[in-house]
Amino acid sequence: MTAVEEEKPVGHGRMLRKEDPRFVRGRGRYVDDVQLPGMLHLAILRSPMAHARIVSIDTSAAQAHPKVVAVVTGADLAEKGLAWMPTLSNDVQAVLATDKVRFQGQEVAFVVAEDHYAARDALELIDVEYDMLDPVVDVRSALAQGAPVVRDDLEDKADNHIFDWETGDADAAEAVFAKADVVVTEDIVYPRVHPAPMETCGSVADFDPVEGRLTLWSTTQAPHAHRTLYAMVAGLPEHKIRVIAPDIGGGFGGKVPIYPGYVCSIVASLVVGKPVKWVEDRSENLISTGFARDYIMRGEIAATRDGRILGIRTNVLADHGAFNAQAAPTKYPAGFFGVFTGSYDIEAAHAKLTAVYTNKAPGGVAYACSFRITEAVYLVERIVDCLAHELDVDPVQLRLKNLIKPEQFPYTTKTGWVYDSGDYEPTLREAMRIADYDELRREQAEKRARGELMGIGLSFFTEAVGAGPRKDMDILGLGMADGCELRVHPTGKAVVRLSVQTQGQGHETTFAQIVAEEIGIPVDDIDVVHGDTDQTPFGLGTYGSRSTPVSGAAAALVARKVRDKARIIASGMLEASVADLEWTKGAFSVKGDPERSVTIQEIALRAHGAGDLPEGIEGGLDAQICYNPENLTYPHGAYICVVDIDPGTAQVKVRRFVAVDDCGTRINPMIIEGQVHGGLTDGVGMALMEMISFDEDGNCLGGSLMDYLLPTALEVPEWETGYTVTPSPHHPIGAKGVGESATVGSPPAVVNAVVDALKPFGVRHADMPLTPSRVWEAMNGHAKPSF
Amino acid sequence: MQVPAPFEYERATSVDHAIGLLDRLGESARLVAGGHSLLPMMKLRLTDLEYLIDINGLHGELGYVRREGDEVRIGAMTRHRELLESEILAELFPVFMEAEKVIADPIVRNRGTIGGSLCQADPSEDLSAVCGALDAVCVIRGADGERLVPMEEFHVGPYETAVAPGEMLVEVRLPVRPGGCSAFEKVERRVGDWAVVSAAAAVWIDQGAFTDARVGLAAVGGDTVGVGGIAEALRGQRPSEELYTRAGEIAAQSCDPATDARGSAEYKRHLAKELTRRTLRRAVAGTGRA
Repeated sequence: MTAVEEEKPVGHGRMLRKEDPRFVRGRGRYVDDVQLPGMLHLAILRSPMAHARIVSIDTSAAQAHPKVVAVVTGADLAEKGLAWMPTLSNDVQAVLATDKVRFQGQEVAFVVAEDHYAARDALELIDVEYDMLDPVVDVRSALAQGAPVVRDDLEDKADNHIFDWETGDADAAEAVFAKADVVVTEDIVYPRVHPAPMETCGSVADFDPVEGRLTLWSTTQAPHAHRTLYAMVAGLPEHKIRVIAPDIGGGFGGKVPIYPGYVCSIVASLVVGKPVKWVEDRSENLISTGFARDYIMRGEIAATRDGRILGIRTNVLADHGAFNAQAAPTKYPAGFFGVFTGSYDIEAAHAKLTAVYTNKAPGGVAYACSFRITEAVYLVERIVDCLAHELDVDPVQLRLKNLIKPEQFPYTTKTGWVYDSGDYEPTLREAMRIADYDELRREQAEKRARGELMGIGLSFFTEAVGAGPRKDMDILGLGMADGCELRVHPTGKAVVRLSVQTQGQGHETTFAQIVAEEIGIPVDDIDVVHGDTDQTPFGLGTYGSRSTPVSGAAAALVARKVRDKARIIASGMLEASVADLEWTKGAFSVKGDPERSVTIQEIALRAHGAGDLPEGIEGGLDAQICYNPENLTYPHGAYICVVDIDPGTAQVKVRRFVAVDDCGTRINPMIIEGQVHGGLTDGVGMALMEMISFDEDGNCLGGSLMDYLLPTALEVPEWETGYTVTPSPHHPIGAKGVGESATVGSPPAVVNAVVDALKPFGVRHADMPLTPSRVWEAMNGHAKPSF
Repeated sequence: MQVPAPFEYERATSVDHAIGLLDRLGESARLVAGGHSLLPMMKLRLTDLEYLIDINGLHGELGYVRREGDEVRIGAMTRHRELLESEILAELFPVFMEAEKVIADPIVRNRGTIGGSLCQADPSEDLSAVCGALDAVCVIRGADGERLVPMEEFHVGPYETAVAPGEMLVEVRLPVRPGGCSAFEKVERRVGDWAVVSAAAAVWIDQGAFTDARVGLAAVGGDTVGVGGIAEALRGQRPSEELYTRAGEIAAQSCDPATDARGSAEYKRHLAKELTRRTLRRAVAGTGRA
């Protein structure tokens, strides 16, 4: 029995996760576990080519397969007006290709059969004739004169341009760059990566033709938003659609979009009148679902000779793939990339971004990116290190000199973001203390003298999470506010219903703890219900680290609403005025007379009981609210990475990693640490090995987990975590999001460490992933290899 | 879930039974040993076999590592894990244990076999380099009996071996010579990945001078199961850093790597040199211990 179990808190504190017994015992229930009577199986035929016109599709042989029930092509969907669907970025995406295929792996047709094997076999019987077209693969030439046009389906579209976006003040930036002593420019690529969740995407659609009711089990991070979109697209009334997200095996943003496969399963169930299951395989997941990053950035930083940063500006080319399907708030086409000024108090900033179509899978916002803050933080933390390199100063000292000071909060950045709170220097000092930074530098100097390659990398990040205020933020017109409902049963047990959906974050524990802290009911007596649109209030779901900032606030406030009502009922029970009551967690007592008290459980029984309640008070002890956040929350952190590089083979070994996170009030430190551990592992993976690459024909080279490398326990060190606490001033319990902090903050720390190790070779920058080959290329003066 | 196309399955009960099946079913049949290469190919529908002949039942007959006179004989169905744990190999050919530690992962090593590895003939496969360095001889059996093929002639191209239709690899023989030791080095992007480059070296030393030295490389293209010219360069000489570098240069010259996701051709050529030096250096150091 561990200390954790013995001292289970009534409220915030370290405790084991309530949901884990079912996961560790193999009793989780995922979409692929759903079995319904008469259920059929759907498999999707995908394009083998990146860019080709469809000449003809012959499905007759597949139709003749004895176990095949239906074969559907884009032409069939077009007859129903369902061949195209809206994306979350106001573009359209083909459900099944009608005119041409635009990326390798695009959906072309589907088969519904009696079993999964037959469905797969029948795919090979479909004969598609393609007329190959030149693909747009290199994003740098996508806008060149004469480049093939990917989206000729769009009216008057004659190029591959999607949008331009700008933030900051170009003139002000120009002015500070003109007066600066030092200007450093660096081309920095954040390669295309994939979140690769353990569970791939899938759905089971069950349309009841008698009731006209659709039930959809789906791997979704946003069941309510999906329901509304299905209603809008498929023409089914919203109250007749129930979306259920059961246990989800990892989302990381990759399960925010609506994929063609979900729509295909719905169409199939509508057509055949039976439940239809679609679950993609690993290769389909890697080649067709939401990728992440793919930003080609030119970063520029201007500073005084003594290391005062004056301005940062950047020019970005963004590869959005064949359809603009990134999931970001409507007014933020580049997500929250605008926070690229980082944690520094500077005079001016400007960014310009151009997004283009290419013949690659759509997506762009995924892999725990906090709406593109991964890219922003990588840019600023890399370019600040480049400046340190040029000025030949310690990167810690350069950052200390420029960090925003505590008295400057709330701090409005030069791109208009209002950082709610922060006290940066103590966080950085804590990371240095844990790492013993000065000793590391001394060791490094010794090793360098012996020709050994040791690197120390730092990143200091500020995140912007918890989207968001509905005046600014919506997705396809749906405001990013979230509901929460709390019911306290007569025996004092409670159920809290959330609009956000866990994919492994531990919501069933964290949200029970939030409620327990507010109303004093033990955590084990509070059930968390989520992931079912019929059972939970409306809200936009879990991504962008928004659950605790938005729904966490909702849970705290709905509990306070219940507590306020309980106080009135207690005043009747204790025959004392409301003002004379005192709340100690779990009970009201009369001030000065602590013997006269009632527990929340006694109040619950009274609320549902036979006796009279105070005048004007309804029976029951339930409440519901919808929380509209006032601002985002801005967690921050300081990370220090230590690497050793074998000078002969250029292999990088991450020896140590210190992560000090400040996410405000800490609800369950164990869950926070778990989130941080996962994110750091992601970061090491991205920095050292992960990349979705393509050959010149647009063939995806990362279509299996043998080709797309994910880090294992053997590539990462024992994580060393620490924390500081700067509560959010506007969040009811002072909490900030933390789910993506480590994924956002760790890649630059690793890369900075590798580049630091290579300082004897004069290396200032090298692009991810820093495979042994790339490190060796950098050591040999070719930081940007051709592959 | 990735699922294979339909196929017929039969479980062989003896080597002769397996050979009989191969003979009868022709080229549409494939043997499956550990299955860690073939089954993924089937699931990805990259192979059009119609018959699968499962030889896992032959582990009793073909799963062994034993010393016979001046040879160590390894049965083709010996699993990676058994190679890793073999005391005979650990004592005589440490290169095996060093290679097995970094081949794939424990799940693969529990099932995969030496015969399957050599017959898959993947250019990035590690054991071929090991067997090349150790001057192994492969025993191939068919309906007409057995024939012996030296490791250097066993691979006739990527994914192609000297095993003819109707034949199977049944044993690998390693000559035991006095004064020998061996070592293995591998660079990989991640644990369990295929090698960017791997190298195996075996040396034999008598009275302070090389009597023989062999190096096998994997994942560098060309015919590098046994790198030519190294024995000639080292034989009769006393070990030195200069010699290791010389051998490394020979290795780098004799390979023909391709640029791919695992690394640039230049880097792989560099590794051929660096890993040859390292394995020779360690193998020589090991001869003192034996």
